[in-house]
Amino acid sequence: MAERAAPGGAGPEAAAPVPAGAQVPELSREEKLQLRKEKKQQKKKKKSEKGPGAEPPEPGTPSEPGQPQAVHPTSLPALADGPGGTEKPAGGKSKAELRAERRAKQEAERAQKQAKKAEQSQAATPAKPRLTPTEPQSVVKRLPEHVQVDDPAAQKKLAKKLERQQVPLRQDYGTKVNLFSHLHQYSRKKPLTQQMSIPSTVIHPAVVRLGLQYSQGIINGSNARCIALLEVFKQLIRDYSTPPNDELSRDLVAKLKPHISFLNQCRPLSASMGNAIKFLKKEISCLPDTLREEEAKEKLQDTIDKYLREKILLAAEAISKSAFEKINNNDVILVYGCSSLVNRTLCDAHVEKGRAFRVIVVDSRPRLEGRDTLRRLVRKGIHCTYVMINAISYVLPEVTKVLLGAHALLANGSVMSRVGTSQIALVSKAYNVPVLVCCETYKFCERVQTDSFVSNELDDPDDLIVLRKGQAQLSGWAENKSLRLLNLVYDVTPPDLVDMVITDLGMIPCTSVPVVLRVKNVDQ
Amino acid sequence: MPGAAERGSELSEQIEAFVARLRGGGERPRSEDTARQTMALLQKIIEHGRWGRAGELMDLIRTEGQRMTAAQPSETTVGNMVRRVLKIIREEYGRLHGRSEESDQQESLHKLLTSGGLSEDFSTPYPLLRANVIEAINELLIELEGTTDNIAMQALEHIHSNEVIMTIGYSRTVEAFLKEAARKRKFQVIVAECAPFCQGHEMAVRLSKENIETTVMSDAAIFAVMSRVNKVIIGTKTILANGALIAVSGTHTLALAAKHHSTPLIVCAPMFKLSPQDNKMVPVFLTLLYSRLIQFPNEEDSFHKFVSPQEVLPFTEGEILAKINVHCPVFDYVPPELITLFISNIGGNAPSYIYRLMSELYHPDDYEL
Repeated sequence: MAERAAPGGAGPEAAAPVPAGAQVPELSREEKLQLRKEKKQQKKKKKSEKGPGAEPPEPGTPSEPGQPQAVHPTSLPALADGPGGTEKPAGGKSKAELRAERRAKQEAERAQKQAKKAEQSQAATPAKPRLTPTEPQSVVKRLPEHVQVDDPAAQKKLAKKLERQQVPLRQDYGTKVNLFSHLHQYSRKKPLTQQMSIPSTVIHPAVVRLGLQYSQGIINGSNARCIALLEVFKQLIRDYSTPPNDELSRDLVAKLKPHISFLNQCRPLSASMGNAIKFLKKEISCLPDTLREEEAKEKLQDTIDKYLREKILLAAEAISKSAFEKINNNDVILVYGCSSLVNRTLCDAHVEKGRAFRVIVVDSRPRLEGRDTLRRLVRKGIHCTYVMINAISYVLPEVTKVLLGAHALLANGSVMSRVGTSQIALVSKAYNVPVLVCCETYKFCERVQTDSFVSNELDDPDDLIVLRKGQAQLSGWAENKSLRLLNLVYDVTPPDLVDMVITDLGMIPCTSVPVVLRVKNVDQ
Repeated sequence: MPGAAERGSELSEQIEAFVARLRGGGERPRSEDTARQTMALLQKIIEHGRWGRAGELMDLIRTEGQRMTAAQPSETTVGNMVRRVLKIIREEYGRLHGRSEESDQQESLHKLLTSGGLSEDFSTPYPLLRANVIEAINELLIELEGTTDNIAMQALEHIHSNEVIMTIGYSRTVEAFLKEAARKRKFQVIVAECAPFCQGHEMAVRLSKENIETTVMSDAAIFAVMSRVNKVIIGTKTILANGALIAVSGTHTLALAAKHHSTPLIVCAPMFKLSPQDNKMVPVFLTLLYSRLIQFPNEEDSFHKFVSPQEVLPFTEGEILAKINVHCPVFDYVPPELITLFISNIGGNAPSYIYRLMSELYHPDDYEL
């Protein structure tokens, strides 16, 4: 019996009206496992055959409807009229026979659905082999490793995976605050490169350098990290050569995995980097087999360039133009930390369009990124004021709007950004000052988060130690068992504290993020 | 008498030294110490000063008080102690003059109704006045000694086990409060470090020495972790008559975050911090290091005190400093609707009751020194 796995097949199985009680769960689980296997195989087949034609499932299906339909009429009557029909003992049917009947019935229903879908997809344009309504019923996503530090099984799995890829495992440093024991906490003084031989045989030297730049904080900021990553990947692709018996599309992805693990160990990947990697992997696996290696590599580099140009550089220009409409003369604008997008918007508005406004730069320890913003803005001649974050209650009465940058926008509308952003949004709301967030669409994430605890990043706790009047109060914190230092990197701003998000698609409210995600998925 | 003149000049020297110390700034003095020093000085003025009648004494105290408060307006404890002494003098005079407590109250109600009616002239000399006043001041000093302990004794009524408590900066009252609770209960404390002075670090080190599990974090993470905090306990510099606070910068953000998460905000402060003055009365005290003048759009801001912006942006940043403004306010105004409870040496009170306590401590005529 052909058990074609339909994308929506898992549903009707569990909901099928089955008379017996105890046997139902076992059946569904087995069926589900098998379904999953079938789905995986199907996906692999689809990906490898997508290039030449968009009809890989199509040739398969026309043969299918014939078979299940043949089964269908015979099995249904068998169930419909119990005593007659097939040769079954009147009254008690054996368990195996009942199971077989049920299975046959479910397969028939599934095959019917499959047939319907095959007809629909044949009628539709070949460019869309998968219909979007099937998206919401995908399997549960796997929990990322970096939020499972307190689970020994997950850590063992990670260690094994890294060993296989020949990437060193970075050790955690210092006692963690209990609330965050599920996250990693690394020390900047112990970079990952100390645990590996340089030059490494597995990791490309450009990637090693990039990893070091990430972990030491030399490259900071969502956009900067993503651009650096894509440039390094371009170099990787240039230096790559396909081994003799393999295909570029499959082998390159496999070669990229240890590099990505290495970068992840140096510093957890940001949402922008994650999206870029997903895009790149998809592009690689969609490469047609007919291309020669040189052509394929060039095509990949071109797509990376296009992604960089469209999603990051042009998007920044579009956002700057949109945000400019919101900046009036004699405005007092409050910004926090260092966001490349916000800096660009303000510089453009002042230099090219000549708007007259004042900027108040708010900064916080221990990163003190606001000083970079200050330098950049002052260089362009913008009138600036500088305060620490505890003084926002003092400056807010004279502020007309708040412009913030974002690290990622989550699917429930929350804004994930540098720690302190949510505080600024909260106090601004109390003073009735509008809060505008600038974010490109490539940073939109399908994750949802309601607080800043479950998924965050812990920075080096030693950064909090400061020398004042010749004495560093916290220098002995490691020996003190009751003292912990907490250096959070991100926090999550609830959507009701943000008034508007300015993206390259226009100005949207926070709650429209899942709409944008959906539109993006359909386009791709 | 040569002895009196000598004592007089010694006294004025001491007053000068005290005023200079107040004006000098530098190390932030402990409010209790300031209160005690003020009281000691006032005691000496009463003992050795040249006065004959109550009225003269009050004028003398008032003059000296004005001088001391003008030196450092943000140290409101000085003014509060002066007002307490004035009230003591009025009470002792009233007692000697033969007026009973009840008629006194009726007097004030009558005064309310009839504008400019009966007024004390304090002109009758009483030889016993000096001794009585000094005795009352001694009692007040004893009360001052015990304020921190009184507040700390109430700790167990407010902290249960396995709590997460948040605080900001370094308040010795809160430190004593938490240490007392830690003797019997196990709980955790999160301290916001309060940049740029980072007093929170010292607080955290001291608390951790008592085996209280303490976490230090940056001020920027206050809202991020607030959802896991059960109580916020803070100290303050001044309590205003409407129940508002003048506390260390960053407290307003903390109070707003607590309100957003419906976390109770408890203020531990002794009664001598209660100040009747209108915050508009406190003149602006600025240390300007850059050539631009900062305009104050809001009268409410007149309580502000600033320190050298070098704490925020050090001079090592270079010539960019010539092109920007840098602010470093020390205090924050916290409105009374964000506060849940005041714990003081006389017990726990709601912010709406503070005005009543004030009328017991100070006389309305003394609100403006």
